[in-house]
Amino acid sequence: MSTDLSALERKNQLYNKRWEHFPHGSDVGVRGIGHSLQEAFEMAAIAMTSVVVADPTSIADEKVVKINCSAIDIYFLLYEFLNSIIYEMDTKQMLFSKFIIRTMNETSLQANLYGEGVDIKKHQPAVDLKGATMTDLQVKQVGDFWIAQCIVDV
Amino acid sequence: MDLSRLEKISDYEWRICPYDRMQVPAIIFGSTELIQGMDDKVFEQLRNVASLPGIVRAAYAMPDAHWGYGFPIGGVAAFDPDNNGVISAGGVGFDISCGVRLLTSGLEHTAIEKQNEALADALFKHIPAGVGSRSQLNLNATEIDAVLTQGARWAVANGYGFAEDLERIEEHGQMFGASPEEVSPRAKERQRPEMGTLGSGNHYLEVQKVHEIYDSVTANAFGLKLNEVVISIHCGSRGLGHQIGTDFLKEMAIADKLQNFPLLDRELAYAPIRSQIGSSYIGAMRSATNCALANRQILTHFARKVFNSIFPKSHLSLVYDVSHNTCKEEWHNVNGEKKLLFVHRKGATRALGPYHPQLPISLREYGQPVFIGGSMGVGSLVLAGLSSSEEKSFSSACHGAGRAMSRTQAMHQWEGQKLMRELRQQGVIIRSPSFRGIAEEAPGAYKDVHAVAEATEKAGLAKKVAWLSPMICIKG
Repeated sequence: MSTDLSALERKNQLYNKRWEHFPHGSDVGVRGIGHSLQEAFEMAAIAMTSVVVADPTSIADEKVVKINCSAIDIYFLLYEFLNSIIYEMDTKQMLFSKFIIRTMNETSLQANLYGEGVDIKKHQPAVDLKGATMTDLQVKQVGDFWIAQCIVDV
Repeated sequence: MDLSRLEKISDYEWRICPYDRMQVPAIIFGSTELIQGMDDKVFEQLRNVASLPGIVRAAYAMPDAHWGYGFPIGGVAAFDPDNNGVISAGGVGFDISCGVRLLTSGLEHTAIEKQNEALADALFKHIPAGVGSRSQLNLNATEIDAVLTQGARWAVANGYGFAEDLERIEEHGQMFGASPEEVSPRAKERQRPEMGTLGSGNHYLEVQKVHEIYDSVTANAFGLKLNEVVISIHCGSRGLGHQIGTDFLKEMAIADKLQNFPLLDRELAYAPIRSQIGSSYIGAMRSATNCALANRQILTHFARKVFNSIFPKSHLSLVYDVSHNTCKEEWHNVNGEKKLLFVHRKGATRALGPYHPQLPISLREYGQPVFIGGSMGVGSLVLAGLSSSEEKSFSSACHGAGRAMSRTQAMHQWEGQKLMRELRQQGVIIRSPSFRGIAEEAPGAYKDVHAVAEATEKAGLAKKVAWLSPMICIKG
């Protein structure tokens, strides 16, 4: 799979799948696709969760954690958003399966993360996330869709 | 990578001549096969590193180099603080001071083969590994700051190991110049429950057999005897290092953007060494180095307890502990002059040659132990630093086999449970909380570690000492 965004212009693929992984030499790329910037960010978060857990639907959305992020531009905002989720996963020992961005502009957002405590038998988590990186960090409109992506270090 | 883009210096050393913004050439070490197998991104990232201000002599890629973050993994670059030299959070990486330590056990492999399943179970039970794992430690704020200042010395002082361990750890177990006050509350909070944990991904604790010895004099000096059991521990600074990387990458990238620094790659954000951000990062990074040294020391203590419970005659002695994601202030020869440089090693190991004053006296004659991690199917190689690596790579060598394919590809190619059974038939016991994690770390997903070690030796970076084959692998 190419990391080139132009490959995503195939509308059928976009309609059928709203997040995906793309390869990196040693780690994994996460890409969210949405009808809005907000949705692309939410989908990127699900793509990131699925780096850890093969089936994100196995994670119950029984607890909510609220986060606020701010940044100097939309790229740094994606970086901040994904890394804030990693911080909450690490410190609260939780996995999240649902992400609702309540309010958002180019430099700030407020979001609810829904999930549950890590259950190794149930979730079979594969890897810790060290951080979302600025490698291949892109936020871009492609046709009617928004793309939000970066490489995550695992 | 296309060899026609490179100038051949020797069979194991190739050069990218400076062009565009490159301040210095870039050097790639490796056999033609290894270099041809490298991603073109290595070329691009190495060129970008060679374009950074204050870089000295060249940007280097080790024989295991692959696509990284800003720097290639397997990248080495030194910067002169007196010539606008810079420090880059991406050049150290997210897992600050990730490294390997090797322990001898004094046990013959036949002595543990009868109880290898029991040993694997006990190690898996007592070495916290994988997502969500916890050790019994939960440090308060004062203790965290003490760890960040004192490193493995804190661990030893608190009952995790012996004073003689410290001599066999880089910096004698304590990185000076750490500034815990430069570490964010978030980073400390992430670390609090993670001290004494192995982590996941490519981190492991492996029980290995000294399978083959290439240099008997040096192997003997390192305490390595044919067919004896050794233990390798590969892990880093856990959540604290990851968060420091996240915090400072952002801070440097924002500062660079605001000052209109010409950035070729956002991930290659940097700060002048002599700047407020540079100084803050150095203090925080050194704190993370201490965290990693303490973490590996605590895990050693856990491993000792397990071995002693099953094999009361075992004695786990430290051969050496070396980090491979660092930036260290070191003296080097530059054009016949001694210069104090900041040497980034991202996925590269320091490889000091014989008689270097920083080596422990017991090893000084032989050169620094260098550990090249392979895969859970092949094991690791031990090498020793050579004097020739000072001129060639600021005394650096490679750190691992390097991935041959992405995690995504590996996950689709292998099935964890099946792979575990196949490895068991080959005599390797795997314990891991995640079958998917095993698939992503499949031996076939890595390059040939023997080819990497061979190229490292032929390039004059380090000499081969021994091959350690796997018996038990605890994977996070």
